[in-house]
Amino acid sequence: MTQRITKWPGVELSAADLNEGKVTQTRFRPNAKYAWSAGEAMSRFLAELQNGRLIARTCRSCKRILFPPRMFCEVCFRPTDEWTYIQDTGTIETFSISYLDTDAKRIPDPILVGVVSLDGASPKMGMMHYFGDMTKDEIRIGMRVKAVWKPWEERRGSVLDIRHFGPLRKDAK
Amino acid sequence: MRKVGVIGAGMTLFRRRLQETGKEMCFEATKMALDSAGLTRADIDMVVNGTAPDAFDGVHMKGEYLLDGCGGYRKPYTRVFTGGGTGVFSSIAGWWHVASGLADAVLVVNEEKMSSCQPHPQSVFAHIWDPILDRPLRPNLVWIFAMEMNRYMHVHGVKKEDIARVAVKNKRNAVGHPCAQLADPKITVDDVLNSEVMAWPVQRLDISPPSDGASAIVLASEDFIRRRKIKDRAWMSGVGWCIDSTMWTDRDLYFPEYVARAAQTAYKRAKISDPRREIDFAEPYDPFDYKELHHLEGLLLAKKGEAPILTREGVTERDGDLPVCPSGGLMGVGNPIAATMGQKIGELFWQLTNQAGKRQIPHEVHTGVAQAWGDLMPLWW
Repeated sequence: MTQRITKWPGVELSAADLNEGKVTQTRFRPNAKYAWSAGEAMSRFLAELQNGRLIARTCRSCKRILFPPRMFCEVCFRPTDEWTYIQDTGTIETFSISYLDTDAKRIPDPILVGVVSLDGASPKMGMMHYFGDMTKDEIRIGMRVKAVWKPWEERRGSVLDIRHFGPLRKDAK
Repeated sequence: MRKVGVIGAGMTLFRRRLQETGKEMCFEATKMALDSAGLTRADIDMVVNGTAPDAFDGVHMKGEYLLDGCGGYRKPYTRVFTGGGTGVFSSIAGWWHVASGLADAVLVVNEEKMSSCQPHPQSVFAHIWDPILDRPLRPNLVWIFAMEMNRYMHVHGVKKEDIARVAVKNKRNAVGHPCAQLADPKITVDDVLNSEVMAWPVQRLDISPPSDGASAIVLASEDFIRRRKIKDRAWMSGVGWCIDSTMWTDRDLYFPEYVARAAQTAYKRAKISDPRREIDFAEPYDPFDYKELHHLEGLLLAKKGEAPILTREGVTERDGDLPVCPSGGLMGVGNPIAATMGQKIGELFWQLTNQAGKRQIPHEVHTGVAQAWGDLMPLWW
């Protein structure tokens, strides 16, 4: 790379070399399964989602309203103090128009996804979620949005209890 | 703290798939680094291995799995892992072994074999997301970059053309790199802008795809270097690292504050008060083209929003006033996560010892900075 080094090791393979068994290889498929206890903060957060509400925690020391809620403040490094509800409206901070699914497979209808900062929480605090009821040409940073909740009977205590965030229309509030 | 120098470096070819196992790749890179320093394994006191998620290779605790190839047999051996940040962080770990006086000569060996994961390593990237807040949305790793890039573009009014220039520059710079996977002497800004949209604003040629490869460096104390009369050495005059909160939806993504903090720590140690004047070239982490710009600003080598302008004006070209990624970076050479130490620390060594061949910066350079970034949003240097 040196000018002194002349041989750079490595034998390149093609996808076909592997997929068609042209090189000696061995295969393995793991079967790992997990169940996570949601913990203190997230258990309450998920239960409130099922009720159609967003909840945060307050820290008296830094005066922040922390969302997503947490039982300790990572800045002040002390336990947080109280539960408080915040609004299900907010502002699009950033977004992507994704033609990739979770496995990097191509999809024809793009997913609109991004970060929404929520009204009632400290500035810039929010969550990642889908956006809907808008086209890829309409979505923009700074757009005001509101959670579109799944019907009560379909809610499971998951972030997916919110179907997506849709445009906040003036007549809705 | 003792003075520490890089005295040797080596790397394998970077390719989408290599026949060699991880251990074999490590052996090749390690042997090359030792040979270039004129040392043998017997001269080495301690070994640091850097490698990213176990899930790529499919071997849990792959630091142990790789140790024979890293020259770690019956030596004090440590694996460090900070996601993509491992590309630079493992050499920081090597540095503290020597600077503290615990070791005189240390090997740092980084490896990644992303091709083992079928059909695409993207599927295991999903496991880095928060299981409660993020994962139910079935996120793709590219989303993170797309959201950060969009925010950066929005805040500064950056055009995609100016970001595409980074991809063009680095893929052209990589033409002189013998290990490069993605060199392209003819690529244009239009090629990048017309490439497939993956997760807007990220298009196919904005991304460095998965790769296999290994790299290694040798670090030694000033005493050792003097005693052995080693001429080719690049001093590590400062290191710094920093991490932000994992609550990544709680901060403005347009500026990497964590990089700035890591950079300030390193500059202070290196007694650099005006980085833009005192640093001659940079190897910031560029897994996506916009990341080079984002990191240049974090490294305080450009004002906020200024990096795209410097790029447009040619300042960051190899023959510019501040060459950036003269190696070809991750965008041009390839992105086997931890092994990108070869384009970062390796390139600093090769440039500073005038061994970079076709990639050599045409004017004299004395000080360079390398930086890497990893995990969901956090980072180092």
